[in-house]
Amino acid sequence: MITLGVPSKGRLMEKTFQWFSSRGIEMRRTGSDRDYGAEVAGMPVDLRLMSAGEIPRELASGRLHLGVTGSDLVQERIPAWDQAVEILAEMGFGHADLIIAVPAWWVDVRTLDDLDAVAADFRATHGQRLRIATKYHRLVRDFLRDAGVADYRLVDSQGATEGTVAHGTAEAIADITSTGETLRANHLAILEDGMIHRSEATLFRSRAAQWNESTRAALHKFEEQLRNAG
Amino acid sequence: MTQKSDIRAEAEALQAIFAGAVPVEAPMLVSADTLLDLYGEDIRGRAFTTHDPDRGELMLRPDFTVPVVQMHMESGAEPARYTYLGEVFRMQDAGSGRPTEYLQLGYEVFDREAPLAADAEVFALMLKALGDLPVRAVTGDIGILLAAIEALRTIPARKAALRRHVWRPRRFRALLDRFTGVGKSAKGRADYLKTAEEKGLAAMIAQAGPPIGLRTTDEMSARLDRLRAEAAADPIDATEAEMLVSLLKTKTPLSEAGAALQNIAVDLPGLEPALEVFATRVRALREAGVPVDDIPYDASYGRTQMEYYDGFVFGILGPQPGQPPLATGGRYDALTRQLGDGREIPAVGGVIRPEQVHAVREGLA
Repeated sequence: MITLGVPSKGRLMEKTFQWFSSRGIEMRRTGSDRDYGAEVAGMPVDLRLMSAGEIPRELASGRLHLGVTGSDLVQERIPAWDQAVEILAEMGFGHADLIIAVPAWWVDVRTLDDLDAVAADFRATHGQRLRIATKYHRLVRDFLRDAGVADYRLVDSQGATEGTVAHGTAEAIADITSTGETLRANHLAILEDGMIHRSEATLFRSRAAQWNESTRAALHKFEEQLRNAG
Repeated sequence: MTQKSDIRAEAEALQAIFAGAVPVEAPMLVSADTLLDLYGEDIRGRAFTTHDPDRGELMLRPDFTVPVVQMHMESGAEPARYTYLGEVFRMQDAGSGRPTEYLQLGYEVFDREAPLAADAEVFALMLKALGDLPVRAVTGDIGILLAAIEALRTIPARKAALRRHVWRPRRFRALLDRFTGVGKSAKGRADYLKTAEEKGLAAMIAQAGPPIGLRTTDEMSARLDRLRAEAAADPIDATEAEMLVSLLKTKTPLSEAGAALQNIAVDLPGLEPALEVFATRVRALREAGVPVDDIPYDASYGRTQMEYYDGFVFGILGPQPGQPPLATGGRYDALTRQLGDGREIPAVGGVIRPEQVHAVREGLA
C-alpha cells in the first residue's frame, strides 16, 4: 500500500481526479462532501485528501509516498527540494507564474538590472531597503541572488499581495499570477526578466518515504497504469 | 564524537593569547532589522529568526561583530581591545551536515591612531595562536579593489555601481564589460531615453499609471539625468579595465605583492596611495613576525564573503580542503560607520573556530 496525497478542494481537486481518471485510475470521495474520505478503485493506494499547502511537508517527511501539488509550493517549502522529492509527472493544469512586478508608473524600470539600480537609489534616498512583498521567500531570494540584485528586503505578505504597493507597505511584489488581470487592476507591471518560476500541478514521489518490496511493487503497478493509459 | 567540554577547553586555552584584551559578553538575540539592514536578505538564509511580542523579529547572533561594535559605539573608550568567547548560530544548507551552533573566539581592535599596525597585530596573534598546527594562511585587501575602482577614469555613477557589486563577481564582471562597451548594453535603455526625450517623462508617467508607492517622480527624473549622463559618457578605457581584471587575478606572496601591484598601477595611476598603504602594512606585518615571504596575497580573497570587510582580510586554513577555515578576519571601518549613527572608528578583528582547531589537533594525535 502506498499513500497518495491530493488537494482536497476546488478546481485543483477536480482536475486531479480528471487527470487520473483519463488514465484509467478512478478516484472518488467516500461519505459526504464534508469529510475528507476518499479511495482509489482497484489500486493498492491509500488516498488522502489534504490541503495543497501541506502536501510538500508530508512528502519531505516521507509520510506520503506520492503527492499532487503545485511545483511552486514544493520548491518554496522544501529545502533542497530536488533531493527530497522526484517529479513523476507534470500534469498540465494549475498553471501559475511566480513573477516580480513593480508599479506601472515606474516607466524606467523594465528589467532586474533597473530594479537593482533603483534599489540602490532608493536606499540612498529613503534610508531603507526597497521592500518586495511576497510569501515565496526562498524562491524570490534565490532568484534575486542569482540575478545580482541587492539592497532590497522581503516583507511577508500571505494574501492580497498586489495591494501592498498602493497601501504603502512595499515598493514591489513577487507573487503568483495566471492572467495578470489583478496586477493590472492594481497598477503593477511585470518585469521583462522577472519570471521566477512557472508553476503547474505536479505528481511527486517522496524519496524519504519507506520504499520496501511491497510499496515498490505498488508504485510499479501505479506507474504502469499511468504509462499504459497515457 | 568530540565532547563539547573538550572544545570549550580548547577555546579557553586559545583565549590566553588575547589576555591583553577586555573580555566582553554579547546578547544572543540580535535585532533582525539591524542585521537585515547590514547584510541584506541573504542573512535570512544564514541566521535563525525568531519572534518576540515586544521587540519584534530577532535573530540568534550569527556572529559577534555586530553586538560588539554596537556595545563599543555606545560606551567604549578608545583605543579598545576586546575578546569574547561564545556560541554563534548559523543555518546550514539542507543535507550539508555542518554544525548549526558552534563556539567563536574573537579579538577586535578599535584604534584610530595606527590602523595598519592593528591589522598586523590581529593577524599575527591569530597566527601565533594556531602556530603549532599545520595551517596555511591567505590574505587579501578589499581596500585595494575599492581603490582600483576609484582610480578608473569614468563617471561617479559607474564607480558606485562597480563598488556596490564588488562582492558579486559575476555581476561585477557584467557591469565592467558593459561600461567598457564590450558587453551587452542595458536592455531597453536606449528606447527609454528616446521616448523620454520625445514625449517627456511626465507624459510617460501619466500614461502608465497612478504614482503609487514611496518612490517619487523627483527620484525618477534624477535617475533619468544620470542615465542620460551615462549614455553620453565615454566607455571605460580598455587598458584600465584589463588592469582591473588582472588585478583581481593577482596571487603572489605578500612580500612580492607590492611590486606586482606597482606594475598594474602604471596603467591605473590613481592606485598609488592604496599601494603605499599596502606596502606600509606589509612592513608592519613583517615587524610583527608574520612570514610575509610564505603567505600569499590573493586579490580576490574575501570577495564572496560577507560584505562588511573593506580593507585587509585574512583566513587561516587547516590541512583538509573543503573544511571551514580555522580563523578568519579583517578590517570593517564602514560597518562602524553604519552602526555608529554618524560616528565611526577604524576597526579590525578576527575569529577562531575552536571546534575546527580541535579537529585538526585530534587529527594529528
